[in-house]
Formats: sequence, C-alpha cells, structure tokens
Amino acid sequence: MLVSRGGLGGIVPPRSYSAFLCWLTVYKRTWRSSIWSSLLGPLFYLGAMGFGLGSLVDKHGTASLGGVSYLVFVAPAILASGAMNTALSEASYPVFGSVKWNRIYIGAQASPLRPGDIFRGHLTFMAMRIAMNTAIVTVFIWAFGAAPSPWVVLAWPAAVLTGLAFAAPIAAWAVTVTSENSFAYLFRFGMMPLMLFSGTFFPLSQLPGWLRPLAYATPLWHGVALCRALSLGSGLHADLLGALGHVTYLAALAAIGIWAGARTYRRRLYV
Amino acid sequence: MPGSHRDDVLVRARGLTKRFGSFTAVDGIDFDLYRGEAFGFLGPNGAGKSSTMRMIGCVSPPTSGELAIFGLDPVRDGSAIRARLGVVPQDDTLDVELTVRENLLVYGRYFGLHRRVIRERTTALLEFVQLADRAKDKVDPLSGGLKRRLTIARSLINEPEILILDEPTTGLDPQARHVVWDRLFRLKQRGVTLILTTHYMDEAEQLCDRLVVMDHGRFAAEGSPRELIERYCSPEVLELRFDPELHESAADKLKDFSAERTEVLADRILLYVRDGDATLAEVRAGGLEPLTSLVRRGTLEDVFLRLTGRRLED
Repeated sequence: MLVSRGGLGGIVPPRSYSAFLCWLTVYKRTWRSSIWSSLLGPLFYLGAMGFGLGSLVDKHGTASLGGVSYLVFVAPAILASGAMNTALSEASYPVFGSVKWNRIYIGAQASPLRPGDIFRGHLTFMAMRIAMNTAIVTVFIWAFGAAPSPWVVLAWPAAVLTGLAFAAPIAAWAVTVTSENSFAYLFRFGMMPLMLFSGTFFPLSQLPGWLRPLAYATPLWHGVALCRALSLGSGLHADLLGALGHVTYLAALAAIGIWAGARTYRRRLYV
Repeated sequence: MPGSHRDDVLVRARGLTKRFGSFTAVDGIDFDLYRGEAFGFLGPNGAGKSSTMRMIGCVSPPTSGELAIFGLDPVRDGSAIRARLGVVPQDDTLDVELTVRENLLVYGRYFGLHRRVIRERTTALLEFVQLADRAKDKVDPLSGGLKRRLTIARSLINEPEILILDEPTTGLDPQARHVVWDRLFRLKQRGVTLILTTHYMDEAEQLCDRLVVMDHGRFAAEGSPRELIERYCSPEVLELRFDPELHESAADKLKDFSAERTEVLADRILLYVRDGDATLAEVRAGGLEPLTSLVRRGTLEDVFLRLTGRRLED
C-alpha cells in the first residue's frame, strides 16, 4: 500500500519522491566521478576569467562594467551559466538514456508511478544537482571576495531557479528525442551562444543594438542579470522591479517546462 | 485448472484493440483470466502478444474495446492496478550500476513500501530466486539467467496478485530456463496468477493451464495445451528428412499416403498420422528411403503450424 508521506518536508508529492529516491540511490554510487568536475570547473573559470582575463580588463578601466572589477562582474555570470550547464547535462542524455539505455523509466513505469511522477522525481534530482553545484560556486565567489553584497546568499537560489528554467523544458523535450544527435545540436547551437552572448563575459552594451533584444529574450541573460544584481547588491536597490521581472520570467519558464513534461512523458511512455 | 476460481475474473477483455497508426497490433480479442491460473499467449514475434501485455500492464491505453483489471479501468485507475501487478518485461530494466539488493530497494520504494518491509521481503525473495549469495554484488557482471531471476524477484516486491511475464526465458540457455520455469511453477502453486507470452511451445506446455494461439492480432485457438493438441493434431507425427535433391519429388509421392495431413517444410516433411511406425513402414515399402526419420507425439508447434501455416520461430 502506498505511504501518503511526501518527501523533502512534504514539498515533493510521495510518488515523485519515490522516483527521486531512485536517482539518489544511483547518485550515491556514482557521485565520486562527477564531484571533481563540479569543484574544479568553476574554480578554473573563476581563476582564468576573473583573475587571468580580469587583470587585463581592469587595466583599461571598468566603467562599462559598472565600475567593479572584472572578477566581481564575471563571478555571478559563472554562477548562473554553471547552473545552466548542470541543467543541460542532467536533463539531456540522462533523460534520453532512461528511455533507451538503462531504461530506468521503463522499469519505473510498471509500478504505481505515473509518467508525471517519473518526470517530477527526476526533475527533483536535477534540482538537487543544480543546487549542489551552484552552492559550490557561491562559496568560491564568497571566498574569493568576488561578491560585494551579503545578498549573494540569495544568488544561490536565484541560480537554482535559472537552472530549473532550463532543466524542466529541456527534460520535457529530451524524453521525446529519438536520436541522441539532437543533443549535440542543443549544446553547439543552444548552450554555446547563450554562454557567450548573455551578458556573461561582457556587458550587453558591447553588443550591436539590433542584437540586444535577442539577448534580452534568452533565459540565461535573465539568470545572469538576477545573480549579478544580488551579488553586487547595488543593482538590486536601483532596480527591484527588474529583479522581480527576472524571477517571473525564469519561474514562468520552469512552470511551462513542468507542465509540458508531465504531458510529453505520458505521450512517450504510454504508447 | 488447479487452484483457480472460475468465478473470480481478474482480467476481462471484450473487443480489445490496439492500433499504431494504420497498423492493427491487436484486433478485437475477447478473454477472461481467472485468479490462480497460468494463462499463456503463444505466437510468433509481431503477433500482438506484447501489445496485449502492455495494455494489461496499464502502460498502453487500448485504442478501442473493453478492458478491466481487478474490475478497474486501466486508463483511469492505472496506478492502483499497477500497485497489484508484477511485471517481468521482455528486456531487463535492471539498474546495472546498483547492487542486487539496491535494485529491490529502489523498486520497492516505487511502490511506496517502507525500507524495513523492503529489507525483509528482499531477503526472502533473493532466497527464493537463489540469489542470496549475490545480494551485495553489482548487477552488471551477472549472467543473463541470474539477471532474469533478479527481475523476477524485483517484480514480486509488492506481493502482486498477477505476475505478467513477457517472453520470460527468451535468450536464456536451457539450464537457466529450467530454473526460471521451476520458480514460476512454485509461484503458481502459491496462488499467484501468471500471464505470460512465449514463442516456445515447450514453455507454454510446461507452465500454462490455458493458452491462446495468437496470430496477426487475433486468437486462432484457445484451450489447454492438451486440448489444443488433441483438437488440432494427430496422435503421432512422422518427421522425414530426404536428400535435398529428392525432397520435392518425395513430397509429391507422399501426398498419396493416408496421412491426416502433410506439411512440407524447407528441410523436412511432416506426416500427421495415427501410427507413425506403421506409416514409416508403408513409406519404405513404397520405395522411398528417408535419410532420417523420427516418430514423435504431436506438440503445440504442430498446432501452430496447422492453424497459421507458419512455424513459431519464423
């Protein structure tokens, strides 16, 4: 009989929680292989971009960065784009593989779990992975003195939200994919341009005017802008409405993904 | 039907149909499955067996017709039905990165079972499928037969009333198959209702109280293995193999013999007769000398050949 107790303080419904536990059990076995990239990746980025490139940029004046050092400018962007990267890697191949390779979904499907439970359980695990990786980056940022504002603690949940805004819709799509080649396109033509043109490594003011609206429409720009506002603190006072706008945009994207995922999973698993 | 109760219908289907686009996989079948019986769907690949299993397993909505499992609707009450089913899919869906025990733990959690309950059942189930000594081993290096037994143990974690097995021994070596059959037989003795698909006639004969021969999405015949053989096959079958050069001319001449029926296969000729030895003597007296000859009893394979004109494993 089903136990009506939800997991994670009752936030996750009981059936989705049992699907999440499956991923947690697998992760307990495999976390060692991913922990180094989670730790060293952001460390390399902060070091190379913040200190390496930063020492060059800072010599030429940082007015266009809002008067802060390049390290301070780039650190929240590394946080937000790191959230996106974790989301993409957790929501692409693992979702596809759960249908085609290790067939975790197919096994789970024979239990009382419904496609929506399987989806939400896996998404909860993705959120956990995003939260773990972004927590590491947030700690690095703080340790390097790259965040002037104490609000940076809120940059962490902001980054998790950014990650979810990617993970939910991408998982909803990934379950429908018939060939893993689709993910190569996602990474090459989706992740790469976003990574470069979302106000991450240089402010959008450096882009030609006609390109800027395009950048404003991308979710990563909202994530970066939100994390940056929180990390700098100053931006938050100046534009609280803007920050709320970013949150709304990202939350809406995550919500659409969560809504769509229950449907695409059902269509894919119940044939 | 030992141990079954004809008044306790667990699965009821009327005009059950499944279409994929313009292809009709299951074409309006009717059946009732009773508690405690072992029911088999026998047929070649593509006959619609797996599609039927998936519909009973509530992971594939019927296109049309009626289907009730435990009196419930598989589309609306799928979750509640699946809580009472065990499924052994055609391809194992074990998590090979986890240990034997962890696989049962994860699966038990899907059913909302408490860790303690799962632990107790796991010990008993691994004992039952003779995997207790491998409990802490990873699944990946286990042989096909052991994986299959683990899949069976896993499917029993929720103490299901119906166990659905899709080709339970396909791909296993003969010894591993016999172990699986023995365990399934014991489950049946315990009162678990078995629904299985197979394209092995010996499996159907070993395990099934009742079976349907399925072809092109329809039932070609229905009954116990013995009934089917009596109804559709002669008591004995004489198998003759000739020199390939003479195969056709021999087939022509054999048409004159008093067999109930003659089947000419690519490599053999089958004569369905009352007395195989007597017929063999007649064949020899008629001047035909086969390279090899075999007199055997009729089997479900013959039934299938008779009903569909094809062999099961084609």
